[in-house]
Amino acid sequence: MSTYPLAATRRRRRSVRHTLDMRVSPYAYVAPFFLLFCAFGLFPLIYTAWVSLHEWTLLSDTQEFVGLGNYSTLLADGYFWNATFNTLSIGVLSTAPQLLLAIWLAHLLNRRLRLQTLFRISLLLPNVTSVVAVVVIFSQLFGRDFGLINWMLSWFGVGSIDWAAGTATSHVALSVMIMWRWTGYNALIFLAAMQAVPRELYEAATLDGASNFRQLRSVTLPMIRPTIIFVVIVSTIGAMQIIAEPMLFAQSTGSGGGTFATGGPDRQFQTLALYVYEQAFANSTFDFGYASAASWLMFLAVVIVSGVNFLITRRAKGGIV
Amino acid sequence: MTPRIRLAVPLLAAALLSSACGGGGGGSAAAPASAQPGEKIKLTVGLFGDFGFKPLYEEYKKTHPNIEIVENVTQFNDHHNNLVKRLATNAGAGDVEAVEVGYISTFTAQPNKFVDLKQFGLDKRQSDYLDWKWQQGLSKDGGQVLGLGTDVGGLAMCYRKDLFKKAGLPTDRAEVAALWPTWEQYIETGKKFAAADVAGAKFTDSPGEIFRAMVNQAPTGLYDAQDTIIVESNPDVKKAWDLSNQLTQEGLTAKLAAFSPPWNTGFAKGSFATIICPAWMTGFIQEQAKDATGKWDIATVPGGSGNSGGSHLMVPKQSKHPKEAAELIDFLTSKDNQAKVFKEEGTFPSIPALYDDPSIQNFTKPFFGDAPIGKIYSDAAKALKPQHLGPKEADVRVAIGNGLGRVEQGKQTPDEAWTQVLEDVKKIR
Repeated sequence: MSTYPLAATRRRRRSVRHTLDMRVSPYAYVAPFFLLFCAFGLFPLIYTAWVSLHEWTLLSDTQEFVGLGNYSTLLADGYFWNATFNTLSIGVLSTAPQLLLAIWLAHLLNRRLRLQTLFRISLLLPNVTSVVAVVVIFSQLFGRDFGLINWMLSWFGVGSIDWAAGTATSHVALSVMIMWRWTGYNALIFLAAMQAVPRELYEAATLDGASNFRQLRSVTLPMIRPTIIFVVIVSTIGAMQIIAEPMLFAQSTGSGGGTFATGGPDRQFQTLALYVYEQAFANSTFDFGYASAASWLMFLAVVIVSGVNFLITRRAKGGIV
Repeated sequence: MTPRIRLAVPLLAAALLSSACGGGGGGSAAAPASAQPGEKIKLTVGLFGDFGFKPLYEEYKKTHPNIEIVENVTQFNDHHNNLVKRLATNAGAGDVEAVEVGYISTFTAQPNKFVDLKQFGLDKRQSDYLDWKWQQGLSKDGGQVLGLGTDVGGLAMCYRKDLFKKAGLPTDRAEVAALWPTWEQYIETGKKFAAADVAGAKFTDSPGEIFRAMVNQAPTGLYDAQDTIIVESNPDVKKAWDLSNQLTQEGLTAKLAAFSPPWNTGFAKGSFATIICPAWMTGFIQEQAKDATGKWDIATVPGGSGNSGGSHLMVPKQSKHPKEAAELIDFLTSKDNQAKVFKEEGTFPSIPALYDDPSIQNFTKPFFGDAPIGKIYSDAAKALKPQHLGPKEADVRVAIGNGLGRVEQGKQTPDEAWTQVLEDVKKIR
């Protein structure tokens, strides 16, 4: 008996292991993420679709299949469309000024400054503050009887505004809270992108006599366009899912006849996410089927609005690139 | 690192993660009947506000050194909705849960989710209680004792003497009571108050709780005895609705929704001169208007007696220590302890033997200008006619509350708001 065959087997085994290692390891390394994603992302998504096809409440033991019944009820439900309108309105009111402000802030910080790091860190501070604290404080600022903002407005002869009561005023108040939390965060992302813009372009622009504003418009913005697209998409998705702000705003201003999930007695600031919450959790029916259908329509709305924004931002022309 | 190990690490990580994800939900409904003597037992008590139980826990621990009591307090609506969720998912409920009367039929309709307190001998307490209060804690067929009452919310009207004086109205509680035998006369008094134009103060806080009180004074409320919602057909509900909106339209309310932060500020600033005062409200006033000692007083309520609020304590079946929980309930709701809680917190006992007890009858509170609150609430509780409450009572009240809010915020006329309320109520299943 020679030792040769054994060595060959060993070598062959090693080469099998090597192939396996090269082929399988990469997948094995990314597997944890995908397992988590399947458990907490994909599965709930599909299960929600399944639930949405049923008459499904938390308390009943039987779930009757109703096909698209929940969806057709939902499309005829005025409160659903009201929530859709509010979401879009708050989304536009908060996102558009927020991004302009963020670009401007980033532009201001994109130069040699004393205490650079301090400025940059302070941009992020509102973002690390708890949303509860932000809304509670802003609700007091926007208070009807003893609020700081109404007090300041009274200097200019403006009568006291019931911010939470009006549709437009409540949307403005909520947008200010959202902007307070996210402007600095987005400014930092823009700043990072701006620092990657080659200096020579600015030197050339300066030689050509371009003003500071012209440089921002014709050099900076075109160069950071991929980042702008990214920030617009992420902000849009975020804005479509606003829930904590309106709910806590209702609570801290006492709007609503016993529940805070309606976003004011006239549902004047009930967002889509809050509407889903109301249907699923904020009454004693716990209508999961209906809420799931609303979640899916909300998902579709997010996809559509993000897609539209993507197209608009990509098409937006400006300057040299 | 050898290839084998390199393969094994991520796989192991993945396996760990997936098993960690799968392992969370093992709540078990089976519970041991009783604990070993001397074993440390932790009981959680779920409440929706300060019930004034804290001194009682301390006392209880003296005789039961092995019991540790943890109190979880959440907001009113959250508390009850969470309880529904926890019962449905069979996990997370406390050993003792408080249920307000607006929700009691929601929960007694699910007798299989709660411990029958009869098995621990608590049916012996029946003779202590107001009959209707006892009945509310029973299962629908009356066979099981699911909850024991804590307090009842006999109605009265609290008012600010200093503001009444400024408005040129009488301040003595008998004279004030004589101003408003009916709700219509209450509104007339309000108009007089408004005419005097007291700076920074309205006649009352908001119509929400007043609406609830008026409905509760009627023989039937939002539901009939067959558990059908009768908001549309019950003239008493419509009358309460109209009167509530009249308060708003005459400009008599400060537009401060009960239990909201601006309402709390309103107490401190003296933004309203009267507030509907079920017994438990006196505790709130004392807490919120700390600087107003002697300014508040209590008169009888317009429109005759009624009950608004009050709670029961129940033991969910998922409790691991049902016997100890039942004993704790027996203790917390005992005659002596209900009397103690009343004197501290203002929540009024549901045990009629106390109503003629001299220590209750003669009980006064300096905060309310030494008003004889023991006598006022005893009389209210004795005159009280119970009303049948339905399973979705709370949801119906939210729909109506939002309607009142829309009128108050000037969004709709009362008629438009009423139409929408009826549509909303029809959707409640």
